[in-house]
Amino acid sequence: MRAADTLMESLKAEGVKDVFGIPGGANLPTYDAMVDAEFRHVQVRHEQGGGHAAEGYAQASGRVGVAFATSGPGATNLVTAIADAMMDSVPTVFITGQVRTELIGTDGFQEADILGATLPFVKHSFAVTDPRQIPEYVHEAFHLASTGRPGPVLLDIPMDLSRADIDYQPRTEPVELPGYKPSTEGNIKQIRIAAKALANARRPIFYTGGGVINANGSAELRELVDSDRFPVTSTLMGLGAFPASSDRFLGMLGMHGTWTANQAMDKADLIVCVGARFDDRITGKLDEFAPHAKVIHIDIDPAEISKNVGAHIPIVGDAKQVLPKLTREYRALQTDSSRLDDWWNTLRGWQDAHPLYYDESSDQGGEIKPQFMIRALHRATQGDAIITSDVGQHQMWTAQYYGFDKPRRWINSGGLGTMGFGLPSAIGAKVACPDEQVVCVGGDGSLIMNIQELATCVTESVPVKIFLMNNGYMGMVRQWQELFWDKRYSSVDMGSSPDWVKLAEAFGARGMRCDNSADLEEQMVAALEHEGPVLLDVRVAREENCYPMIPPGNAARDMVESPGKTVS
Amino acid sequence: MEAGTPQVVKLEDLHVAGQLSGRKHILSIQVENKPGVLARVAGLFSRRGFNIDTLAVGPTDDPSVSRITLTLDGAVHPIDQVTKQLHKLVNVLKIRDMGPEETVAREMALFKVSSAVENRAEIIQFAEIFRAKIVDVARRTMTIEVTGSADKIEAFERMVRPHGLVEMVRTGEIAIGRGHE
Repeated sequence: MRAADTLMESLKAEGVKDVFGIPGGANLPTYDAMVDAEFRHVQVRHEQGGGHAAEGYAQASGRVGVAFATSGPGATNLVTAIADAMMDSVPTVFITGQVRTELIGTDGFQEADILGATLPFVKHSFAVTDPRQIPEYVHEAFHLASTGRPGPVLLDIPMDLSRADIDYQPRTEPVELPGYKPSTEGNIKQIRIAAKALANARRPIFYTGGGVINANGSAELRELVDSDRFPVTSTLMGLGAFPASSDRFLGMLGMHGTWTANQAMDKADLIVCVGARFDDRITGKLDEFAPHAKVIHIDIDPAEISKNVGAHIPIVGDAKQVLPKLTREYRALQTDSSRLDDWWNTLRGWQDAHPLYYDESSDQGGEIKPQFMIRALHRATQGDAIITSDVGQHQMWTAQYYGFDKPRRWINSGGLGTMGFGLPSAIGAKVACPDEQVVCVGGDGSLIMNIQELATCVTESVPVKIFLMNNGYMGMVRQWQELFWDKRYSSVDMGSSPDWVKLAEAFGARGMRCDNSADLEEQMVAALEHEGPVLLDVRVAREENCYPMIPPGNAARDMVESPGKTVS
Repeated sequence: MEAGTPQVVKLEDLHVAGQLSGRKHILSIQVENKPGVLARVAGLFSRRGFNIDTLAVGPTDDPSVSRITLTLDGAVHPIDQVTKQLHKLVNVLKIRDMGPEETVAREMALFKVSSAVENRAEIIQFAEIFRAKIVDVARRTMTIEVTGSADKIEAFERMVRPHGLVEMVRTGEIAIGRGHE
């Protein structure tokens, strides 16, 4: 069988239903084999878009996302998506064409050392040197991408090798990699110590991240939190793992998290971190982070434990496996829940005095506040859409105001902060979950960076809805220049180009515009009800800032709120 | 109560395990003998900001396995974090942090020293004291091979430097466990 056909067979054997990509010279054999493949290939318009689509697909469904690109520029265009998938632990497999074996190292046409270029941000990578390796490497790549801490795996296949004829036997035995044995169970002794520490904590807080979602551990987290009255905060990546509508949920933490969540971290005596990594956007100034707290750190990746913040009780394991054991051990201790009364009184006091705030005076009609836009989105989608976003103010407002109640409903670029992520990842999410409403909340600075994928939406019939939060600025950069750089605005005004409605129509999508808060929800519903892809250009207040905020390099207690807010 | 866990865990009694050991560490890393493995290891060190003092790579008794021996300063880098990051590389099979008491560590160095007629005898004497070998003699230089611990090689360097050190090459340390280890 031709090696390129064994590639398709192996992907099929891995359960692949959809892939994304663009053909080119060096992956012609692969694309020839694709004609007969039994899965869907979504032809994107730029390899970066294909990469992010694979990420959105994986995050929405939990299945491995796959993207193809040709050699050289096709492959290098994938680099941002690969780095993004590494930072956010997204299970993805990237398959690139490479120049013919005898051309490797000669600076051949469209040659790029993609394996070398991506070494810093792949979980692992394979350079095929013998066509018989192709099926084996595909299975190893899927195993690596989807187990342990998930991440991107690259498979680079020289053109001549994908054309070669090889014997093909479908693989039956499971993948064995001698240097790869993720620990998933969690050390039971450590779990017992953790349960006892929890039983003695008077100001505990759960700080949960994307690892809970990757582990499909939301129900298990809920069980544990419900075994007493534990307060929960979440990272940007973890939103939805614990329902935002629960009264145990304090909101997101970190730079643009809630006042209460950040103060709770600052005053806590015990932090239970599950599937998060004490990123600088969470900790702020590291040596003033959570000064009173002991730390239980539960993570599948041992290297995350004590990397940034020392763990007093480290537990290496998968959230889905560790959390039920911790729940069992904690319940067995039959702790008196009243010890948490004072803590909850404090937390409720903070919540009352420091809620999320914006000036709502124009919400009934007139200027659209960006925060109002997200509230309207929640109502228009009954709070149950898959929402993707680009990167910037609109991303933070969506995280603050949408209120995600379920996992895999919030897809964004958290670690790398990739502008232009929203539209292609929405395509991926919609392909993975065709029956769900998928909305991309875009920023006008970000959306244009991958706007070419609107053509993918139209020609591949992927009806995503783009709700553009248009303030005519690179808003977050403008905010920083206003607050920290003496209002010396530098290259942040986007001007009036493009005309987004005409642009959408030029691609064959529906374009809509809204500039009055009174009409917004109705317009959103109309956009959602339209059969095809829609771009709704929402003109929002231009110079609204995103609050509250921990200024960069500061500690949680230095958090500032909107200057317009008056403490009640 | 189960064995192995304390009856009561008081939060004030919990501590974070120490991070910096304050001494030199020799890591002996067994890796799969595959193309690009050294680049993965070296790349990891550079992007995480870990400084390698010495690095030696070679085959082992098993042709599918290579050994990378590297030394780094545990006063600057948390060794635990270094080894955990290394373990994330799929091609890394085994890592041993070689404790100084249980380890035989050796390095080889070649010294090219200026040697006029008047100091030649003294240099030969140094070589004998250090159990070094003179491996090449020319009209104005001598080349000496020294094997031993890094300390011994550095001591020899201090002795010959005043005579005019033309060039020096060191292999980096390799190490093996004592006894059955």
